[in-house]
Amino acid sequence: MASFIIRRLLYSLIVLLVASFVAFAGVRAAFDPLAKFATVKDQEVKHRETVRLGLDKPIYIQYKNFIVKFVQGDWGTSDSTRESVASMIQRSMGKTLQLIIPGIIISLVAAIGLGVYSAVKQYSVGDYVFTTASFVGIAMPPFWFGLLAIEFLAIRSKDLLGLKQNPFYFVGLHSGNGNSIDADYARHLVLPVLTLTVQLIAGWSRFQRAAMLDVLSADYVRTAKAKGVPRRRVIMHHAFRNALIPLVTVVALDAGALFGGLIITEQIFSIAGMGRLFVGSLTNGDAPVLAAWTIVAASFVIIFNLFADVAYGVLDPRVRLS
Amino acid sequence: MTLGAEPPAPGTRSLREDRERMADIEPGDMAYQLEEGLGRENLAGMPEDGEAQLAPGVEPQARSQWQLFRRRFVRHRMAMVSLVVLIILIVLCFGATWIAPFPKNNQDLLSGSLSPSRHHLFGTDRIGRDELTEVLYAGQVSLAIGLAVAFIATVVGAVLGSLAGFYRGWTDQLVMRVTDLFLVIPQLVVLAIAIRAIGQTTSTIALILAALFWMYIARVVRGQVLSIREKEFVEAARACGASPFRIITRHIMPNIIGPIMVNATLAVAGAIIAESTLSFLGLGVQPPATSWGNMLSDAEGVVGTPQAYLLYFPGLLIFITVMAVNFLGDGLRDAFDPQSHD
Repeated sequence: MASFIIRRLLYSLIVLLVASFVAFAGVRAAFDPLAKFATVKDQEVKHRETVRLGLDKPIYIQYKNFIVKFVQGDWGTSDSTRESVASMIQRSMGKTLQLIIPGIIISLVAAIGLGVYSAVKQYSVGDYVFTTASFVGIAMPPFWFGLLAIEFLAIRSKDLLGLKQNPFYFVGLHSGNGNSIDADYARHLVLPVLTLTVQLIAGWSRFQRAAMLDVLSADYVRTAKAKGVPRRRVIMHHAFRNALIPLVTVVALDAGALFGGLIITEQIFSIAGMGRLFVGSLTNGDAPVLAAWTIVAASFVIIFNLFADVAYGVLDPRVRLS
Repeated sequence: MTLGAEPPAPGTRSLREDRERMADIEPGDMAYQLEEGLGRENLAGMPEDGEAQLAPGVEPQARSQWQLFRRRFVRHRMAMVSLVVLIILIVLCFGATWIAPFPKNNQDLLSGSLSPSRHHLFGTDRIGRDELTEVLYAGQVSLAIGLAVAFIATVVGAVLGSLAGFYRGWTDQLVMRVTDLFLVIPQLVVLAIAIRAIGQTTSTIALILAALFWMYIARVVRGQVLSIREKEFVEAARACGASPFRIITRHIMPNIIGPIMVNATLAVAGAIIAESTLSFLGLGVQPPATSWGNMLSDAEGVVGTPQAYLLYFPGLLIFITVMAVNFLGDGLRDAFDPQSHD
């Protein structure tokens, strides 16, 4: 087991190194660091800046200098705000986490429940309803769902239900500069988390259903039934626990991608998380933020990938032998 | 009352399998004759009751793989409905020049912001363009990008995946490590940065999107090729001196066309959503070209206003298209699955 984990860890590190190089080189190719000197006629000034930024050196040397500083915690300063990149990313990550954590927990509980129910009661009315709903959820473009949620749940619902004010808010996480966890916060959180969970539940519940069906038709489940184990115990004890294993991988992979992938939700609901930071930096051509951002987002994917691999190896011993 | 339609009765199973295997071997190959001999032997040794259900004088009719596929697909009701919906959508969008009620980009400030009515079925936007007309023209771009991306991604993915699976060794390592890398870097980031670097025309967007979808197909194809290359008929073909190119294209590919097609449909759906997402962020196709995504992006400001109908139609069309493509993929999956009995 230890050698399995070490092997995966080493491989992840290599992927991370290559990914960070691609991110660095990609950002460098897309954004000219000397763009703001384009109108400067004085070649001397340009040359001095080129040397100061180390742009006269080959790209791999530039990358080496960048990554050494990056590992030491010096992520540079933003081109547009002059703020430290590290603190910008830290602050944005805080906002994103407030969406991701409840989003993942709710989605997991709902997806497992719906998936197991659909599999146990295959072809029942409930199964058809949930299956159709998940197809709808998968086919719905996330930003369209978000806009419709604002339109109907936040705005029209006021007149439809005869409320005094809008039931949900759709700008930011707090009214004003608050930081407290109260009813106001909850009313801000509902719609973005809903937008996030709808997609996750749709995908995960389909997966859970397939995994559960797979297990329910396995020989050992039939054996358990044949020897007279009560149905409830067969489902919960024999089938369910094994059907969770494949879901671990999918959830870990999706969760890793979420740290950089809330771009749409944050954009629609004006939440200053990682996604907005990315879009803003892209519009402003803020190369230092973009490079660091990409490496952080890729690290999360890689860490969760690693976690998925190891978890799979722990849960299913057959995997680590191959 | 044909062999292909029954659940496998004892004796018939091996015949069917032999026929399927025979389909992979070229007439004229030495292996063909070998296999044919094998088939006859089994036929001769088949128990009598296998044919007992046939009415006297009726010859059992063998169905080709393609016929079996078509039968199963036609029976998948949602897939058939989806196919019809998609054909209608494609005809409407690409025939917009003749079908659309108004000319493209026809601004009429006096009839701006009209709610849906008989004259303007989907209403008009702020500067008086007929929403139905605009949606149809925008569909040309969205559908074209979806199809082009799926096509490019499928070709690239199938070629790289089959090379990796067939040659294994360092080719495999190289292709699979590159797919790992593509899967690790957040997709929107790659897209956004690539678009900044390469440019924002419809064709570059299609190319860049294709660069994000080929890995899934490559992975599936590789897995399939890895298992099929060990089959006897591939060994037979190799023994006959068939070149790797011939083995891959004539013997392996026909066997994995199912998973490839299913994943190609998924790529169409993914590409349409990805394009609309990009356009929504302002990184997609640029005016004067329109797509469903940038129509929605334009409509972001109408949320909660009386013009909210501008939000419904482009989104609804994306939704219907993606839904139909997904059902189509579902139908294809079932139809290609030799395990499913019709």
